[in-house]
Amino acid sequence: MKINISKIIIFSFVTFFLSIFWLGLKKDNNYNTKNIIGNKISNFQLPSIYNNKFISEEDLKENKFTLINFFASWCAPCRAEHQYLLNLSNRNREIKILGINFKDKKNNAISFLNELGDPYNSVAEDIDGKASILFGIYGIPESILINEELVIIKKIVGPIDPKQYDEILQLIQ
Amino acid sequence: MLSNIGEILVFLILASSFLIIYNAYIDIKIRNQVVKRMIYNLSLFQITFTILCFFTLIIGFVNSDFSLINVYENSHTTKPLFYKIAGTWGNHEGSLLLWINILVLFSFLFLVFNFKHNKKFRLYTLIIQNILIIGFIIFLLLNSNPFSLIYPVPFEGLGLNPILQDPALAIHPPLLYIGFVGCSIYFSAAMASMLSEYKGKEFALSIKSWVQISWCFQTLGITVGSIWAYYELGWGGFWFWDPVENASLLPWFAITALMHSVMVLEKRNSLYAWVIILCLLTFILSVTGTFLVRSGILNSVHTFASDPSRGIYILLFLGLMIFTSLIIFFKKYKKESYNFNLKTRETFILVNNWFMAFFLVTVLVGILYPIFLDVVADIKISVGPPFYNIVIIPLIVPFLFLMTVGPQFKWINSQKVKFYQTLFFFFGAVIINLFIYYFFGSYSILTNLIFIVAIFLILQCFLDAKQSMYKKKIFEYPRIISHFGFGLLILCIGINHQYSLEEDFNLQVGESKKINNYEIYFKNIKIEQNKNYQSVIGNFKLTDLKKNLIQYLNPEIRVYSDPETLTYEAAIKSKITSDFYLTMSNVSRSEYYNIKFQNKPFMIWIWISAFIIALGGFVQLMLKKNEN
Repeated sequence: MKINISKIIIFSFVTFFLSIFWLGLKKDNNYNTKNIIGNKISNFQLPSIYNNKFISEEDLKENKFTLINFFASWCAPCRAEHQYLLNLSNRNREIKILGINFKDKKNNAISFLNELGDPYNSVAEDIDGKASILFGIYGIPESILINEELVIIKKIVGPIDPKQYDEILQLIQ
Repeated sequence: MLSNIGEILVFLILASSFLIIYNAYIDIKIRNQVVKRMIYNLSLFQITFTILCFFTLIIGFVNSDFSLINVYENSHTTKPLFYKIAGTWGNHEGSLLLWINILVLFSFLFLVFNFKHNKKFRLYTLIIQNILIIGFIIFLLLNSNPFSLIYPVPFEGLGLNPILQDPALAIHPPLLYIGFVGCSIYFSAAMASMLSEYKGKEFALSIKSWVQISWCFQTLGITVGSIWAYYELGWGGFWFWDPVENASLLPWFAITALMHSVMVLEKRNSLYAWVIILCLLTFILSVTGTFLVRSGILNSVHTFASDPSRGIYILLFLGLMIFTSLIIFFKKYKKESYNFNLKTRETFILVNNWFMAFFLVTVLVGILYPIFLDVVADIKISVGPPFYNIVIIPLIVPFLFLMTVGPQFKWINSQKVKFYQTLFFFFGAVIINLFIYYFFGSYSILTNLIFIVAIFLILQCFLDAKQSMYKKKIFEYPRIISHFGFGLLILCIGINHQYSLEEDFNLQVGESKKINNYEIYFKNIKIEQNKNYQSVIGNFKLTDLKKNLIQYLNPEIRVYSDPETLTYEAAIKSKITSDFYLTMSNVSRSEYYNIKFQNKPFMIWIWISAFIIALGGFVQLMLKKNEN
């Protein structure tokens, strides 16, 4: 058979596309947060909003429990759940709270915390929201509770309400 | 019980497929022009079994037979009957059965209606179509059986996703399926044409109507889906360049190109290889779209039903389809020489095809690139409106211009085309554009260029309509209607894009907000208990300060019980000239509600013009029927 360059090109193109699809299928889907509980959080490194330091998963290993809360000053439901975060941080020493400021402006976030109180042990900023996606976040507010091995034990979609607040307390006891 | 009946019917369809293939294969070798009676009968049995099988599943849904996992997972006793029935295809398994129904239906209709064509060609088409049917039935049985049982039988079902409980969405999948799965028949016909050497004009005539049918339904299906996204999802627009929407556009571009070039094949007996490629491509892209949506590889609001294990099967099938068709194509491909005169209709149709190919590639890149990047570099990006707007919108201008000028040329050779009228219309369009500018008072070069070419196309269509009425050229009507619809669509999209008002703010009961000429007053809130949901209804008074007009808008927040879900129903007041659009969402444990207010000019005309585009296709089919 005569070797025909256009044929080779077309066949390799098709093979290329199909293999991309194939690989895409095999890949873990980060968006799929159904089975997120029991997984370890992925590594991350985000700048703190207060200083030039970076916050990473290493910092969370020292805490017995960490609640990672995703918030923004423009997000109204975040205001609603704020009281529960404050309660958690005031009344419980077992749990540390990491705030991840999602697609927000630094100044707005700081004035948000000045206005409502700061429940966070540290606050990191995620300006373009990419890191939050890697955590499996759809929208905010959302929170992830992890233990000292960085394994996710609970995920809360939407604002924390009294029922979920009690569940968090039970889990960390 | 239902499960057994359903499964037996599926096996009967499978058996008839094998028998059809066997008999057709034997019959091909017999040198006459009559297809064996047996094959007709088998096809009739097959279609009967298929329809019965689908009805069995519908009965399962209507009677809320929760012994079927599929019914248990997607239905609920309190659901209105209409949505119980629509629930049949509102899930992956049921919709796959619908898919098989359409494959079989088209296989049957093609056999019956194309009796004038070559026997060998028809039988090959039947064989290939039945291979496709077998492939999908195996997929159904192995991976997505709608008749699987659950034990112990639950008392209550899980319910249908509330955002799928919408009239537009109940008809959206069947329409789209007729459009997408209907492409299978000319995929099979194209393969058969290559295998049986049944080429040229005859082949074009054999597939033309089928192309038009599926084109009409695709257009309708996409439009209805877009209406659903606007009214139900509450996104406040008509197109979002969402990956799943785009996946439905891919075959539409291919089929639109095909619909045009098949005419060249019919009239000039040229472009055969290109028509074959488009036939193959349209169905391949339909299956690719299904793969992208069903496998969960795309992340989008539309992916209601996704599961990677399905993906592997569809991908395997897709790969087989592509490679087989490529191998056959290359084996049979003969170089054609085109000898088109520049000033002819066929040249312009070829240009249309190039544009379609360009749009197709753009959208394909937009879909594939994020997947590619995710797989190769683990980077997540999403390709959204900015990309498409930059790449596609500027090209709309020459595209519409050529679309206006092209049909003025005749086939083969146009000696003298009277262009002074066309030129006159072009200036007319420029003047109307100035009026639009004067009326709305803002300007953007690109949008206004689009206005000009769109109006140009509309005016030209009016002239063409007048002339073809005068000369009694009925066969020109479908083209004029669809092109007119397209011009109107682009014009409305342009106006809508350029002059819509959008505002986002928080309000509590008793407060009001002023935006331009409008004042919105949040009067009160009402809570209502419905059959399967509870709703919080806001009452907003909208005052047009300029015209002193008062309107009331009532957006809703619905809390569905099974499964527990919140949905936001937009309050939409559609008028001939513009839509008011208002959604409210609750801000948890706060008196405030988040309000999104939009005033969108000519919104309703976008759907109307999309329907006009599809109407052109239906008119064509009617004319064809009368001709026969």
